[in-house]
Amino acid sequence: MSGTGKIENGLPDGWELIVGLEVHVELATKTKLFSASPNRFGDEPNTNIDPVTLGLPGALPVLNEHAVELAMRIGLALNCSVQPCTFHRKNYFYPDLPKAYQISQYDQPLNVDGYLMLPGNVRVEVERAHLEEDTGKSTHFGGAGGRIHGSEYSLIDFNRAGVPLVEIVSRPDIRTAEQAKQYVSELRSILVAIGASDAKMEEGSMRCDANVSVRRFGEPLGTRCEIKNVNSVRSLGRAIEYEARRQVDILDTGGSIRQETRHWDDAEGRTHTLRTKEDADDYRYFLEPDLVPLAPDAAWVERVRTALPPLPAARRAALASLTGADVEGEAVSVVVERGQDTYVKAVVDAGGDAARALVWVQQSFADEGDSPRLPASDLAALTQMERANKITATQAKTVLGDMLAAGGGDPARIAASKGFEALDTTSIAVFVDEAIAAQPDAWAKYCAGEEKAAGALVGAVMKASKGKADGKVVTALLQERRGS
Amino acid sequence: MVDSAFLHRVVSMNDFPTVASIAADVAAGRVSARAILEEHLTRIDSRESEVHAFNLVMRDRALQAANEIDDRVKRGDNPGRLAGVPIALKDNMCTRGIDTTCSSRILEGWKPPYDATAVKKLAAEGAVFIGKTNLDEFAMGSSTENSAFGPTRNPLDTSRVPGGSSGGSAAAVAAGFAAGSLGSDTGGSIRQPAALCGLVGVKPTYGLVSRYGLVAFASSLDQIGPFTHTVEDAAILTEVIAGHDPMDSTSIPQPAPALVGVLGAGVKGLRIGRVADLPKGADPDVLARLDVAFDELAKAGATIVDVTLPSLSFALTAYYLIAPAEASSNLARYDGVRYGKRVAAGDINTMYADTREAGFGDEVKRRIMLGTYALSAGYYDAYYGKALKVRRLIADDFARAYAAADVILTPTSPSVAFRFGSKTDDPLAMYLCDIFTIPTNLAGHPAMSVPFGTGQDGMPVGVQVLAPTLGESTMFRVAAELERAA
Amino acid sequence: MSQRLTAADVAKVARLARLNVSPEEVERYTRQLDGMLDHFADIDNLDLANVEPMTQPYPLVNVLRADVEQPCLDRDEVLAVAPAAEDGRFRVPPSGGLHE
Repeated sequence: MSGTGKIENGLPDGWELIVGLEVHVELATKTKLFSASPNRFGDEPNTNIDPVTLGLPGALPVLNEHAVELAMRIGLALNCSVQPCTFHRKNYFYPDLPKAYQISQYDQPLNVDGYLMLPGNVRVEVERAHLEEDTGKSTHFGGAGGRIHGSEYSLIDFNRAGVPLVEIVSRPDIRTAEQAKQYVSELRSILVAIGASDAKMEEGSMRCDANVSVRRFGEPLGTRCEIKNVNSVRSLGRAIEYEARRQVDILDTGGSIRQETRHWDDAEGRTHTLRTKEDADDYRYFLEPDLVPLAPDAAWVERVRTALPPLPAARRAALASLTGADVEGEAVSVVVERGQDTYVKAVVDAGGDAARALVWVQQSFADEGDSPRLPASDLAALTQMERANKITATQAKTVLGDMLAAGGGDPARIAASKGFEALDTTSIAVFVDEAIAAQPDAWAKYCAGEEKAAGALVGAVMKASKGKADGKVVTALLQERRGS
Repeated sequence: MVDSAFLHRVVSMNDFPTVASIAADVAAGRVSARAILEEHLTRIDSRESEVHAFNLVMRDRALQAANEIDDRVKRGDNPGRLAGVPIALKDNMCTRGIDTTCSSRILEGWKPPYDATAVKKLAAEGAVFIGKTNLDEFAMGSSTENSAFGPTRNPLDTSRVPGGSSGGSAAAVAAGFAAGSLGSDTGGSIRQPAALCGLVGVKPTYGLVSRYGLVAFASSLDQIGPFTHTVEDAAILTEVIAGHDPMDSTSIPQPAPALVGVLGAGVKGLRIGRVADLPKGADPDVLARLDVAFDELAKAGATIVDVTLPSLSFALTAYYLIAPAEASSNLARYDGVRYGKRVAAGDINTMYADTREAGFGDEVKRRIMLGTYALSAGYYDAYYGKALKVRRLIADDFARAYAAADVILTPTSPSVAFRFGSKTDDPLAMYLCDIFTIPTNLAGHPAMSVPFGTGQDGMPVGVQVLAPTLGESTMFRVAAELERAA
Repeated sequence: MSQRLTAADVAKVARLARLNVSPEEVERYTRQLDGMLDHFADIDNLDLANVEPMTQPYPLVNVLRADVEQPCLDRDEVLAVAPAAEDGRFRVPPSGGLHE
């Protein structure tokens, strides 16, 4: 993926942006990775604790089977190989790390060598997706605005300590900030779809670090910086763009990049040094002697693979094919993201119009979740009325609003009660001709090719017809009269 | 004091009541648990100030536990296999609400909110916990001189060490303060003090006894085991504390082995291994007793076979790289944040360094540094990585030897109990005390020390019986035969 | 003295292990650890090329527990023995920016 120089990455000509992402996700288990206290966000501090979580003397870890299963789901959903693996201790001192080591996977991770496809057939390789435990949470007091620098003391809550994480490490295959955002969004959709995590960046159940470097096309990889504290997909894009530009500016003026960890400040819109490689700890990894190897057998792996639900990419393809919509378009991705694609399918199965069903679900079902209250047959009936031109789009929207509010209803009866009916083309033509006569300037502009000018004419027809004219028919009549 | 001289019971070589006799007498109502406890407390009152076996004597709790046992007996309920047996616990086993110090300043004041599995199992069988015993700080040592609370003295000669690291647990039984005790054995910390105090001491197969609640020294080597006066008592306690524990991932998923039943089986037909290339270093008096042991077993019908363990001489090196490496990580949690000692400071790293400097003793710091070094970038392969390979060589040697022999006999300790201060200035000399016990821990095998007469100055000598993984049953048969012959 | 490790090595290791050792201790530990490493050189000449490292004595695999909640520790009992606690949490001096 290098050397073409064709990708629009926002950098000055000739510069290539290289990004690899490390995404941590908290698994949706009931208990911790190595002990039986609850894995639950938002509880009173230090209430979800046990001897293992607190790193009490004599406590021993025992691996959570469901966490392994969810981690395998993630690996398989990302096209990884699931392999026999081990756990290591990563030793470093930090107050929210209870044992002064984190149990993680090192040279033998559970999942390796997968990939994730992005729009435009961009393939991002997943190097590994391994299990590890989360740390507790420090809150800093005193000093400026609760920041770590200059604080006077910290308070520590260990509820999060030991929560199971999967760290998903991509290869440096990402070439634009937009791709990075797409990668994280797609990953998030997958994680939610397979029930592995709620993947909420704002709550920290999904956290993203970006390894960013730049190079002139064709040159070897540059020195990378790791960007931390990116708390939303939007921030990820901004942080990468800022960091890439910073590096190009340094290199352009003859400077060199220092390998370091940098902190993204969302308010200031910039990154700053958190620590340099020189003061990095020596983690003294060694095999965790309190745990034994994990080696899922083929039968277990197959059981997990078979039980995986359809993934977002496959669901988008199916929905696009069902509705005739663009597979990379907004409607398809939004509806699949909300898990409402099965509902659209149900509407079609009930005899509804697929394209109209997709439009209504995208537009009006934002608050409905993955199992809307409105019976699919009712929405199917509404789209049938539209297809038969018995009702205009505007009228249908009003009817649908009533149906959603009531949790169902017969659209024909609701339309009749409101006096809705679609005007026939002949009646609409009368209104169109009146509008042209009343607004000669607009008509002249429209005839001269200024499409925007149609708005005033359509509006006049709608007003005159009290909304009973179908907008598509009006536009068609205007075009016919213009001779286009 | 209750006069218990009229009681019919088996007496140990030191004339103290055994685990088996106490449990039988209490269960049968021949004597009360309370009377037994008071008898032991009286001995504690008379000699503990001289011996210093305990960090804590649990007088009130023990009294309460003994009374409960007596109530159970009166009600006709099953009082358990260890009814009313006073047991001492090494102070590195978690006891809920009771100080657990590891004889370290860094854990002063800490009361665990949970019990170790082995402790729970003893309590469930009616044991009465009489106290928490002194040890070399975090079980690092071979003389109990490394305790932050002062050394324990050998009850048989108080100018000498009791051995270590479980010196307090050994001394408590040898002095008649408890009928039995638990220790932990990482490189010989049960067997060596058992030998030096004239007791039976057992290091079970790694994974046979749960480590849950045992404060870790070196996780891949640590194992809990008993000290007793008799082989039968050791078999009883091992049966009680063994067995699968889902709280310990390295616990072997098998039921506890039956040991008491095999003690009378004799050794006829068993092949006893003699190590032809035994590492040098054992004193002549110790080797002389080992020779007698072989003779006695041969007389009892066993066959003596020569085996070779060529990698055994490298065990010390492997052990003193692996154990400190694991310890350096296991002891990193003592950081002054959640429990134990803290030295106040203005920033976190100063707090860590000052707390750990003040909280740990010299030997612990030395091993933390050795272990940290062995794991650090650039040295892992040369030290820790290489030690793991030597560990494999040693296990392979044993596997070959056990194809020819059912058990192997060696000395437990190179010498009888030595005098205070004689090895404290030379860490390496102290490490050599473990030369015959360490290989077992590296291999994960069981081994036990059995008192077998005396050596220099009339001090006891222990003979060590080694067996392959889960070979406890054969090991105990041989130990029982040695006990009969001693 | 064999100089397998220097006082600077010992000082670095002490920093890694968070031990505020005195200059006298650095000197003594350097001498003692150096002596030990000298003794431990006995394994340097072993041919270990084809030897698998042994990390655990008993070969177990896939030891797992069900994802079922158990009762938690009592916060008050735990915080009562903590060196410093405030507002239901453990209180520590400021961190100074490492490992945020």
